[in-house]
Amino acid sequence: MILLEDVSKTYQTGVRAVKDLDLRINDGEFVFVTGKSGSGKSTLFKLLTREITPEEGSIIVNDFDLDSIRRRQIPRFRRSIGVVFQDFRLLNDRNVYENVAFAQRVIGASGYEIRTNVPRMLKLTGLSHKYKNMPYELSGGEQQRVAIARALVNQPRVILADEPTGNLDEANTAEIMKLLEDINQMGTTVVVITHSRAMVETMHKRVITMDKGRIVSDSGALQPRGGSVVLPEDVKSRQKRRIIRRRETL
Amino acid sequence: MRTFLYSLRQGLANLRRNWLFSVASIATVSACIFLFCLFYSIIANVRGIVYTAETTVGITVFFDKDADDVRKAEIRDAIISKGGVKEVVYTSADQAWEEFKTDYLGDDAEELSAAFADDNPLADSDSYEIFLEDIEDQESMASYISGLPGVREVNYANTVVSVLKSLNRVIYILSAVIIGVLVAVSVFLISNTISVAAAFRKRENEIMRLIGATDFMIRAPFVVEGLVIGLVGAIIPLCAVFFIYRRVMDYFMAWLSGFSSDAGLIGLVPLERIFPELCAYGLIFGAGMGFIVSFFTIRKHLKV
Ligand SMILES: Nc1ncnc2c1ncn2[C@@H]1O[C@H](COP(=O)(O)OP(=O)(O)OP(=O)(O)O)[C@@H](O)[C@H]1O
Ligand SMILES: [Mg+2]
Repeated sequence: MILLEDVSKTYQTGVRAVKDLDLRINDGEFVFVTGKSGSGKSTLFKLLTREITPEEGSIIVNDFDLDSIRRRQIPRFRRSIGVVFQDFRLLNDRNVYENVAFAQRVIGASGYEIRTNVPRMLKLTGLSHKYKNMPYELSGGEQQRVAIARALVNQPRVILADEPTGNLDEANTAEIMKLLEDINQMGTTVVVITHSRAMVETMHKRVITMDKGRIVSDSGALQPRGGSVVLPEDVKSRQKRRIIRRRETL
Repeated sequence: MRTFLYSLRQGLANLRRNWLFSVASIATVSACIFLFCLFYSIIANVRGIVYTAETTVGITVFFDKDADDVRKAEIRDAIISKGGVKEVVYTSADQAWEEFKTDYLGDDAEELSAAFADDNPLADSDSYEIFLEDIEDQESMASYISGLPGVREVNYANTVVSVLKSLNRVIYILSAVIIGVLVAVSVFLISNTISVAAAFRKRENEIMRLIGATDFMIRAPFVVEGLVIGLVGAIIPLCAVFFIYRRVMDYFMAWLSGFSSDAGLIGLVPLERIFPELCAYGLIFGAGMGFIVSFFTIRKHLKV
C-alpha cells in the first residue's frame, strides 16, 4: 500500500513541486499518473523512492514509514520496490547483463538464481541478443528496457515507473504495457507516470492527473475500491501528533 | 562470500580503471615496506652482533704482580658472592701466550715465538674471565671488581658493544623518521586513489543506493581496492628482500672475514630466521594500512 498524507515538497530553489498531496494506492492496483511537464510527477516519484524527503506530511510505502525510517532500513525498503527512472540510471561501467544482475546481487540472490532470472528478464524485455552491450551502445528504447528489466527482476511488491515508454515506439510501448499489466495480474502494484494520453485512454486504468503540484483529478477516487480511505490506527495517531507538532511550531 | 567475490571483482576493476594512481600508491607502499625491511634487517643484525659480542666476550680481570694464589681465590669468591655470575674461567699465563700466538701471530707463530723461547712475555697475564647471567650487569660488575684488592686491571667489551648499541639507536630513530614520512606519503596517495575512484563512480554509487544496495556493498569494492594496494605493496618488496638479503649477507661476510677468522660467529641473522618475521610484519603493515586508509576515506566520501 502507498499512502501519502498532506505531503509538500519545496526544492532548495524555492519551487514548490508538490503541495498538500493526499493519495492512497492499494495493493494490486494499476495506476497512471499524468500531467503537464513540470506538474510534479517526478517529484512524487522521488518522494516515493525516498530519493528526496518532504518537509511536510507522511509517506508510507510497503509498510515502511518513510518519515521515521532508519537509515539502515532504507536499503531494505528500496529492495521492496522496483523503480524505472525517467533518465534510466543504468550503471555505465557494466554491460546489460550485469546491470540487471546487479539488482539481484543487491538482494543477495545466489549465482544460480541470477543465472536463471536475469536471462529470463532479458528475454521478456527483448534484450537477449544485447546482453553483452554496454549501456552507451544501446538506443534510448533499449536502455529503457534494461531499466525495466532491472526493476522487475527481483519481483518487487510495487513497481514505480517514471515515463517507462517515453522513448519507445508504439509497438514497443504496447509490449511494455502488456508486460506491466501481466505483472500487475500476478499481484504487483504498478504505478506508471506518463505523458501519453493515448496510452492512458486505451488501458482503462485508474488515472491520477497532476497540475502545479496538486492532484486535480483521480478517476480511481470515484471507484468504490479507492474511494473511502480507512487509515490504520497508528497512522491516524501519528498524524494527530504531527498536526499538534505543526501547530506548536506556528 | 558471494558479496566478497563481487567486491573483489569490482575492487580490481577500480584499480585497473585508475591504474596510474594505483601504481603510484603501490610504489610508495612498496618503498615504505622495503625500507622497513631494510632497517629491520640492519637492526636485527646489529643486535645479533651485539648479543654474540656480549655473550662470548666476558670481563677479563688481571691481577697485581704480588697477588698470590690465596689472593686470587679470594677475588674469585668475592666475584661469585656478588651474584649473577654464570662462569669464572681462569686462564694461566701459559695458556694466554698460546692463545695469543694462535690468534694474532698466525702462520708466523713458530718463528716469532721461538724468539721468546721459554720466556713467556705474558708472564703476569694470568686472568679470570667472567661471564654474567645478564649482560646488562657488566658495567657495574666491572667497576665492583676493579675496587677489589689485588686487581690490576679490568677489561670488558664495553666500547665496541656500546658503539654498536648507540648505532642501533641511531638507526632506529632514523628509520622511524623515514618510515614515518613514507607512511604519511602512502596514506596520502592511497587516500587520493580511493577518492578518485569514488569520484569516478559517484553516479554508479548513487544508482546502487537507489536500487537498494547497502552501504557495505557500495563501500566494499573500495576497501578491497585499498587492501590490494597494501598487499601488493608488501609482496613486491618482500620478494626483493628474499632475493637480495642473502647476497648482501654473503658480501658482508666476505668483507668481515678480511678482519677476523671466525666471522661466522659474528651473529648475523640468516634469511631463514628473519624472513618469516619480515613477511608477517610487512603483510600486516601493508594490508593494515590499505584497509584502514581506504575504509576511512570511503566512509568520508559516501556519507549520505
Ligand atoms: N532537483 C530540483 N531542484 C529544483 N527544482 C526542481 C528539481 N527537480 C524538479 N524541480 C522543479 O519542480 C517542478 C516539478 O518537477 P518534476 O520533475 O516533478 O516535473 P514532472 O511532472 O516530472 O515533469 P516532466 O513531465 O517534464 O518529467 C518543476 O518546476 C521543476 O523545475
Ligand atoms: Mg518527470
